[in-house]
Amino acid sequence: MSTFVNDTVNVMTRELKPVWREPMAVVFAMIQPLVFLGLFAPLLPDMATGGSALQWFVPGIVAMTALMGASFTGSSLMEEMQSGSHERQLVSPIGRPALLVGRALKEVVPMLMQVAIIVAVVTPFSFDLHLDGVLVAALLLSLFSVGVGALSFALALASKGQDWMFWTVQQTLLFPTLLTAGVLLPIDGAPRWLEVVSALNPMTYVVDATRVLFAGTYPSDVVAQGFAGAAVVAALGLVVGVRAMRRSS
Amino acid sequence: MTHHTHSDHSSPAIVTRGLTRHFTSRKQTVEAVQGLDLEIGQGELVAFLGPNGAGKSTTLRMLTTLIPPTSGTASVAGHDVVTGQKDVRRAIGFVGQGNGAGHRQLGRDELISQGRAYGLSHAESRERAAQLIEDLDLTAVADRKVSSLSGGQRRRLDIAMGLVHVPRVLFLDEPSTGLDPQNRANLQELVRRLHADSGSTVVLTTHYLEEADALADRVIVVDHGRMIADDSAARLKSGLGDLVRLGYDDPSSAARAAARLGRVPESRVDVDGDAVSLRVKDGSRMVGELLADLTADGVPPTRVEVARPTLDDVFLDLTGRSLRETQQAPSPDTDSTEINNEVAA
Repeated sequence: MSTFVNDTVNVMTRELKPVWREPMAVVFAMIQPLVFLGLFAPLLPDMATGGSALQWFVPGIVAMTALMGASFTGSSLMEEMQSGSHERQLVSPIGRPALLVGRALKEVVPMLMQVAIIVAVVTPFSFDLHLDGVLVAALLLSLFSVGVGALSFALALASKGQDWMFWTVQQTLLFPTLLTAGVLLPIDGAPRWLEVVSALNPMTYVVDATRVLFAGTYPSDVVAQGFAGAAVVAALGLVVGVRAMRRSS
Repeated sequence: MTHHTHSDHSSPAIVTRGLTRHFTSRKQTVEAVQGLDLEIGQGELVAFLGPNGAGKSTTLRMLTTLIPPTSGTASVAGHDVVTGQKDVRRAIGFVGQGNGAGHRQLGRDELISQGRAYGLSHAESRERAAQLIEDLDLTAVADRKVSSLSGGQRRRLDIAMGLVHVPRVLFLDEPSTGLDPQNRANLQELVRRLHADSGSTVVLTTHYLEEADALADRVIVVDHGRMIADDSAARLKSGLGDLVRLGYDDPSSAARAAARLGRVPESRVDVDGDAVSLRVKDGSRMVGELLADLTADGVPPTRVEVARPTLDDVFLDLTGRSLRETQQAPSPDTDSTEINNEVAA
């Protein structure tokens, strides 16, 4: 067990080195969500309750950033599969699960940096910061990011270094996941089939919980469902990811 | 086929018995490695030589636990590659065809992380990294991003990565492919020095004849997934004999000379138009006597050439194909000449 922990920490430390060295890359990776924030949010009407549209929109953008960052992350493994350093690690005594888990856990760090940036950007505007809620939401999104990251690594391994396959699958799944989770527009009043799809999307619950937490409220059912949704993604990601890593050669 | 005996070494570094690997793609089965029986003693420096697709890398991938054998067994450093996977991994170093060091990382960071992967403490890893950086002449580039290093520097870093834990068996898969001649020569010198200093077993694959010839104590020639020769380069070549080529002004003289040469014991004579070639052991020593005989018989050659055998000749003799032809693309010069000729015609 301690070997697993040591290996995981080693893998995670290695993966984080480029993040610390080139922190600007983390900012570049979130240009798309920032564009949505800047160009989409002003179009939204203020909420019926009288609050700013940002109050509703920002948590969604935060969840979107987490999803995008973590779903891209498999491309780094793809690079290492093509260059040969993945093979080198497979021959080393590092356990296969640690190679996957260490990578997936690393996703938490750039995600937290991005959440901090978004919150810092919107707070001077008409956004009401509830720090305690944001911190709980960060915990929720960490769990979610680990799961999505693990799935992205599994996709990279399944693509066997073929870029087009990785990007096709990732891009095909990304926007339907975002839209049906109600990130950009509310799902309320949508056709029945869309409601069903939305209810089956675990990210829906993560986004709902992030919204209530960012508002500084703690309705226990919404928060619990959020953590349950994130836990499902994390468990699925880790199981699928570790299995893919064991098969990698 | 001759086999080495290793009476001076107690337990062999590598043993394979009927080692076989098949790949199935689109319902077609490719037998990449077929029934390899091999014994490599501790401290040997062995080269697997063969054309692309001969099964060299597949063999190496089985020996380094990357892929399991379809059938047969292999043990490395005393551990079975399937049941003792973890122990094999701890005992071996592996330098693959690509770059072991991640392109986004710094060389020194990768060496330290590699040390940690093999159970060294943080302090030990740092110390070992510093030592390897100095030994492999990487001081100027160790703290740069790996992607900014030249091909030769990256290769030295890859080798450093494979040496971090002082492996008992070091595998190098096509270590000099893609390097220019100067860097290739440097790399060969480095491998030779590492082998001499460490006493580790070194196993490499190559499709460069010169490399196998210059570097390895023992050359294992593989083709179509089978081992077709296993001996020192010198013995493989001397077994084949020298090639004496004689040129004539007309095919009839060549034919008469060939008839005379047919009397030379243990030789092989070929006639090609106005040229005769004789493959015979110690041909370079016999050539004076041969010329005197042919002159006495009234068929003195107009041109004489004696070539020592190369490993390519050995490969040609064993397979009927030249190793050079099977993989080396024609040089751009040859191409342009041909094009020019066509245009002129």
